[in-house]
Amino acid sequence: MSGLTEIQSIPAQEYRKLGFEKERLVWMLRKMIEIRLFEEKVEELYLMRGLITGPAHLYFGEEAVAVGVLSALDPNDYIISGHRGHGHALAKEIPAELIMAELFGKSTGTCKGLGGSMHVGICLEKKSLFASAIVGSGIPIASGVGLALKYKKSDRVVAVFFGDGAANTGAFHEGINLAAIWKLPVIFVCENNKYAIGMRVENAVATNSIAVRATAYGIHGISVDGNDPVAVHKATKEAIKIARSGGGPTLMECKTYRQKGHGVYDKALYRPGEEVEEWLKKDPIVNFEKKLTTSRIVSEEEVKILRSEILSEIDEAVKFAQESSVLPFEESEKLVYA
Amino acid sequence: MREITYAEAIREALREEMIKDPNVILMGEDIAAYGGAFKVTDGFLEEFGPERVRDTPISEAAIVGAAIGASLMGLRPVAEIMYMDFLPICLEQICNQAAKMRFMSGGQLKVPIVIRTQYSLGRAHGAQHSQYIPSWLLQVAGVKVALPSTPYDAKGLLKTAMRDGNPVLYIESSLLYRVKGPVPEDEYTVPFGKTDVKKEGSHVTVVAISRMVREAVAAAEILKEQGIDTEVLDPRTIQPLDIETIVNSVKKTGRLAIAEDDSKTGGVGAEIAASIAERAIDYLDAPIVRVAAPDMPIPFSPSLEQEYMPNKEKIVEAVKSLVK
Repeated sequence: MSGLTEIQSIPAQEYRKLGFEKERLVWMLRKMIEIRLFEEKVEELYLMRGLITGPAHLYFGEEAVAVGVLSALDPNDYIISGHRGHGHALAKEIPAELIMAELFGKSTGTCKGLGGSMHVGICLEKKSLFASAIVGSGIPIASGVGLALKYKKSDRVVAVFFGDGAANTGAFHEGINLAAIWKLPVIFVCENNKYAIGMRVENAVATNSIAVRATAYGIHGISVDGNDPVAVHKATKEAIKIARSGGGPTLMECKTYRQKGHGVYDKALYRPGEEVEEWLKKDPIVNFEKKLTTSRIVSEEEVKILRSEILSEIDEAVKFAQESSVLPFEESEKLVYA
Repeated sequence: MREITYAEAIREALREEMIKDPNVILMGEDIAAYGGAFKVTDGFLEEFGPERVRDTPISEAAIVGAAIGASLMGLRPVAEIMYMDFLPICLEQICNQAAKMRFMSGGQLKVPIVIRTQYSLGRAHGAQHSQYIPSWLLQVAGVKVALPSTPYDAKGLLKTAMRDGNPVLYIESSLLYRVKGPVPEDEYTVPFGKTDVKKEGSHVTVVAISRMVREAVAAAEILKEQGIDTEVLDPRTIQPLDIETIVNSVKKTGRLAIAEDDSKTGGVGAEIAASIAERAIDYLDAPIVRVAAPDMPIPFSPSLEQEYMPNKEKIVEAVKSLVK
C-alpha cells in the first residue's frame, strides 16, 4: 500500500474519541518521565561523577517517539534499536536496573556488560532483538526479521528505530526496498531529530521530508509530529494495520528534536540558540503532562507521586549497577561463538 | 563409490538440508529463476517454491542483513554472494553485525547463517570478478570460514555449516565446479577445524587451501618422481584452523611450504607461517616458503592471469628449493 499521510499533534479533547483510556495515557506519561529522569541520571553519572564512560547518546526531547511506538505495539511485537537506544529499551519495558547495569559494564546488564550504551536494548525476553551501533545497519536486519515473520505466517510486526542520518545510508535504501518488494511487516521509524552528530538535516537531505521517500519505494509514508506520543501512537497503529493486512512496510518519519548534543560529552554549540529555544518550548513531556492535567485526566499530585516513584526506582537501579560485578574475562571469551 | 562434481555436491547438501529442515531458506541474486550464476540451485525454485528460494535485488548488504535478521527469528538462511569480489559491499553486515552479535549481546543472540560465495580466479574475469580474499576474515572473530577443495568436502562441510549456530562463510572455487570426486550416497558431514591429510610424506609438508589442494597433490606426484616425498595437508576451514596437525607434520618433515591463491602479504599462509614459527621453529631445517599470488590486482589477459596464479609448477619449484 502506498500513500502519504501527515499526522499533527492531537488535542486532548480527541483522546476519548480515539479510544485512549486513562491507563494507557498514564503509562505513556510515566514512560516518558522515566526515560527523561533516567537520562538525567546518566548525564550526572557520566559528567559529574565519572561513573559511566564510553559514548552515551541521550534521548532528551525524543521520548514521545519511543513511547508512542511502543504503546501501539503489542509486547509480542519486535523492535530493533540503534546507538541512541536507552529510550527504546525503557519503553519496551526492559527493567531500568538491567539497562543501568549495562551502562556500568556489569555482568548483570542486558548484555552482561559486553555491549554497552549502544547495544543496551538487546533483550530477547522482551522481544527487543537487536541494537546496531553502525548507523543504518539495523534497517536490512529488520527486513530479515519481517521476512521470518511473514515466512512463519505470524501476525506480529517489527519496528526499527533509526535517525535522519541513517536515512542517507545505502543500508536504508537496500533494506527498505527489500521489505517493499516482499511486502514485509516492518515499520521503519525514522526519528528525525534534525542532526546527524553536527550535520543539520537540511544540509544532508535536499527535500524537507524523509517520509516522501516512501513514495519512491512504493510503500506507505507517514510524517508525524514526533513530540506528541499520541500522534506517534496513531501513526504506528496505521502502520501496524497495513502490515497485518499484508500491505507491507511503512516509513514513518517522526519529526522531533535532539535537545542535547550527539553524545553526553557534546555541548552542541553548532546549533542556533533560537532553534534550541523554540524546540524546548515544544518539549514532549512538558506539553503532554500539561494536556493530561488541564484536561483532568491526571492530577498534578498524581504526576508528582509518579516522579518520586520513578526517581527511587532509578536510584535503586544505580545501586544495583554499582553493587554488581564485572564478568570475568574468561567468561567473555566463551561468548564469541555459539 | 559414485563420483559427482563439486557443484553437484554443493547442490545435494543444500537440497538435503532443505528437505530435512523447513527453516532453511535460500536468498541471493539470480538463485531462483535463473538457477544461480553457476546453476548450482537450478530447479530449486520449482522444487521448494518462491518463499524458500528467493531472488533478491542487487543489494548485497540487504541480502546479508536480511539473512541475519531472519536467523535471529530461528530461520537458517543461506545467503549467496555471487562473486567473492562482492563481499566488500556487505562486509559491514558480516564483520560488524553477524560476527559480533552473539558476543555483544552477552550470549543472547545466535546467528546461524551461511554465506555461500565463490571466486573465479583462472577464468579471465578480470580484477573485479576473480579475487580470493578469505584472509580478510581471519581477524573477524565470530565468523567461521570453510574452503572445500573436493566434492566430498564440499558436501560435508556445507552440511556442517548449515547446522552450525554461527555465521559461516563458505567459499567455493568456480574452477572446481566441474571437478568430479567420490561422494557417498549415505548421510555424512565433515567437521570444522580438522586438517585433512591428503597424502602422507616424510620430506616436506605442503599446506594447501581450496583450489591449490589439487595443485599441491599434482605437485607431490611430480616431486615423487624426483625422489621427494611430500605430505599434503588441507585445513579445510581457516576459522577454526587446526594448526595442531600442521605443527605435528612439520615436526616430522622439518620443512614447510604453503600454497594458496591469496596475496602473499597478509594471506592465510602468513598466519600459518607465524604459528609454525611460534610452535615449531626448532624443528625447521629450511625457511618456510609461501607459494601465493603477487600483491597486485588480477590481470585480465588470460596469459598474464596464468602468470599471476600460483600452480603446481610453482609449488614444485618452491619445494625443491627447500630440499636442495
